[in-house]
Amino acid sequence: MNKNLRKPIWAASTLAKGEGGATGDWRSHRPVLNKEKCTVVLRNKPVCHLCWLYCPEIVISRTIPPEIDLLYCKGCGICAKECPVDAISMELEEKD
Amino acid sequence: MSKKNIQILSGTEAAALAAKLCKVEVVAAYPITPQSKIPEKLSKYVEKGELKAEFVLVESEHSALGVCISASLAGARAFTATCANGLLYMSEQVHWAAGSRVPVVMCVANRGVGAPWTILNDQQDTISQRDAGWIQLYCRNNQEILDTVIQAFIIAEELFVPIMVCFDGFVLSHTNMPVEVPDSDDIASIIPPYKPVLDITDSKHIVNINPVTFSTPRPSANGEIQPSYMGLRKRLNEALILALTTIPRVDALFEKKFNRTTGGLLWEYMVEDAEVILLSMGSLTSEAEVAADALRQNNIKAGVIGVRCYRPFPGEAIRKSLQHADYVAVFEKDISYGHEGALCSDIKSALYGTSSQPQIMGFIAGIGGKDVKARELQQATMDLIDGRITESPVWINLTV
Repeated sequence: MNKNLRKPIWAASTLAKGEGGATGDWRSHRPVLNKEKCTVVLRNKPVCHLCWLYCPEIVISRTIPPEIDLLYCKGCGICAKECPVDAISMELEEKD
Repeated sequence: MSKKNIQILSGTEAAALAAKLCKVEVVAAYPITPQSKIPEKLSKYVEKGELKAEFVLVESEHSALGVCISASLAGARAFTATCANGLLYMSEQVHWAAGSRVPVVMCVANRGVGAPWTILNDQQDTISQRDAGWIQLYCRNNQEILDTVIQAFIIAEELFVPIMVCFDGFVLSHTNMPVEVPDSDDIASIIPPYKPVLDITDSKHIVNINPVTFSTPRPSANGEIQPSYMGLRKRLNEALILALTTIPRVDALFEKKFNRTTGGLLWEYMVEDAEVILLSMGSLTSEAEVAADALRQNNIKAGVIGVRCYRPFPGEAIRKSLQHADYVAVFEKDISYGHEGALCSDIKSALYGTSSQPQIMGFIAGIGGKDVKARELQQATMDLIDGRITESPVWINLTV
């Protein structure tokens, strides 16, 4: 590469939480986990975790219980849609 | 130096052989006349085992360039070829390639654009892609096609800018000429191995290439400030401006190795004392040289400039070369509809604000394969000098 080229020369991002910015303020609906329905919590084992797998913003942790980072969660609702036991519901954000 | 290897090659054969000599690793192209023989030759090289490359069969030009962009990002030297409506069909990816900063080299066997259909030559196809962010180099003859493809890989991989190597369809693509073919070891000694910006195949550091980029810079997840969309556009422009020094340097390196030059930015013929300049691009330049010789026999001090590098535009070289000219006749095979030839506008803008103000006249020639003879260029130049021109631009040799 020519030394006089100003870097970075192109747009690239790493796969990481927050790479898209603080996208939490995009949210109109907030995901809320019902621990009484969540398979991971009920069986106290790192099973299922489909919410972690499907989250496009990587903001759901692979923990017991799964934690959702609302600073970056943009409220897309994919976790709620994919949860096989309907443990996640999308609730309207209250306006300031 | 060993004995010269001179072969009789068509333009398409010269292009394919050059890509082979550069040891391209991925070829993806879709056939379109008059370019088709380039992928045909390359597929034969691959099938015979003479070229260790992945030849990807695609269903369109859009996919052809898409494959080359991906291959180039992954670290492979990628090559394609097209022209006319095929080039326009891939136009979305043409812009994408420049924005992705991939050093893809693409040959374009210049052909008129439909509608109505023509398979014959003009340069409207590549001129219409002028502002896509690619370097555009135009060839005068088949030797230059071979030499330019080789140089293009060196330039592109140093600057991370894709390059179109443009040559006139049929006039060069299907015309056989003697071409001096360099030794592949000599080529290898001047082309460094291609190193991509980063290793995107590294599964430990997965990257998202070309994400949505906003108008304001943003911090990445590791805290580094990433440029805005406009900032990346300025970087691309800077890389093309930088090419104005890279292209002559690479040509000089090539000349040192192989003892012949393409002229770098401009091909100049008898310009030192010329009062009249015939200025053109591509094979018309060779025609203009014959016209200039004839004009000299009639005691007209004529010279020729062939613009080899059209983008980036070599304004400074043009200014230097035209400083003593009284008349400039710009001959080109394209038209910016509703205005004049694109090259003519660029020449005029290059001289804006300078003390040299020659009379510049634009001539549209050879559109859709219309034959252009040296004597017609000679006559057009005399019409300019004698003040016989009443329309602008002038359409040469057109009756109906």
